[in-house]
Amino acid sequence: MEEHKPHIVEYLTNIYVWIALAVLTVITIWVSEFDLKLLTVAVALGVASIKATLVLMYFMHLRFDSKILTFMVLITMIVFLSLIVFTFIDYSYRA
Amino acid sequence: MSTNNTVSENHSTAVNHEHRDDAGRKMGMWLFLFTELLLFGGLFLVYSIYRFMNPADFSNGSHHLDVFMGALNTMVLITSSLTVALSITAIQKGNAKLALRMLAVTILLAIFFLVNKYFEWGHKIHYDLYPGTDLFKALPSGEGLFYVLYYFMTGLHMIHVIVGAVILVFMGKYISDGSINSSNYTLLENGGLYWHLVDLIWIFLFPLLYLIH
Repeated sequence: MEEHKPHIVEYLTNIYVWIALAVLTVITIWVSEFDLKLLTVAVALGVASIKATLVLMYFMHLRFDSKILTFMVLITMIVFLSLIVFTFIDYSYRA
Repeated sequence: MSTNNTVSENHSTAVNHEHRDDAGRKMGMWLFLFTELLLFGGLFLVYSIYRFMNPADFSNGSHHLDVFMGALNTMVLITSSLTVALSITAIQKGNAKLALRMLAVTILLAIFFLVNKYFEWGHKIHYDLYPGTDLFKALPSGEGLFYVLYYFMTGLHMIHVIVGAVILVFMGKYISDGSINSSNYTLLENGGLYWHLVDLIWIFLFPLLYLIH
C-alpha cells in the first residue's frame, strides 16, 4: 500500500538550503582564483556535485518522496558516469 | 484517510475525489528529466573529451568569459529555485496567494537571467566572436571548439529557461483558477521539478565553462 502522507518542506528549510547553495557558489568562485593544478577540476566538480545533491534532496524533494525515485536517479547517474569513464578510458589509450 | 464506509468495498483506499495517481505523475516527470539529463550529458561528454584533447586552447577560451556575469546568473537561478520551492510549500499549506507571488518572482528572475545572457552574448557578438566570422576562423581550432560548445550549451540551456518560464506562467494560471490547490498540487511540483533541472544543469555549466581555467 502506498502511503499518502505528503511531507511539507518548511519555508525556513528551503531558505537554509538556499544559503548553503549561495555560500558554496562563493567558495567555488573564490577557490578558482588559485591555481590548484590537477585538483582544479576535482574541486569545481566536487562543489557542483554537493550543490546538485542539495537541490535534488530538498528542492526536488527526493529526501521526502518515495525511495524508488532516489533509486532511479542513482541508476541514471551510474549510467551517465559509466558513459564518461569508458569514453575517457578509450580516449586516453589512443596515442 | 476517509472514514466513508459507503464507498464500494473493492476500493478500500478510494476517497471521494476523482481518480488520480500523483506518485505515477511524478515518476513520469522524473523519467522525462532523465532524458534531459542525457541530452545535456552528451554535451558534457563532448566538452570533456575536447577539453582533454585541447587543454591550452580551452583554458584560453574560458579566460575570456565573464566570471561575474556567470556568477550573477548562478545566483539568479539558485534564488529562482528557492522561490519555486517556496511556492510549493505555500500551496501545500493552502496559501495560494503566496504561491502565486513566489511564482511571479521566479518568472521575473527567469527574465533577468535572459537579459543577462542577452548582454553576455551580445558583447561577444559585437566583437565578432561567433562562428563564421573572420576573427573566429583565425582562432586556434581548440578555442573555436570551446566557443561553439559555449554557445551551444548555454543556448540549449537558455531555451530550457524560456520553456520553464512558460510552464510556470501556466502553473500560475492554474493556481489562480483553483485547479492547483492545497489537495492537488502535483502539477506544480512537476513544473517545479523542470525548473530545478534547469538550475541543476547551470550548476554544472557554470564551473565547467567559466571557472576551470
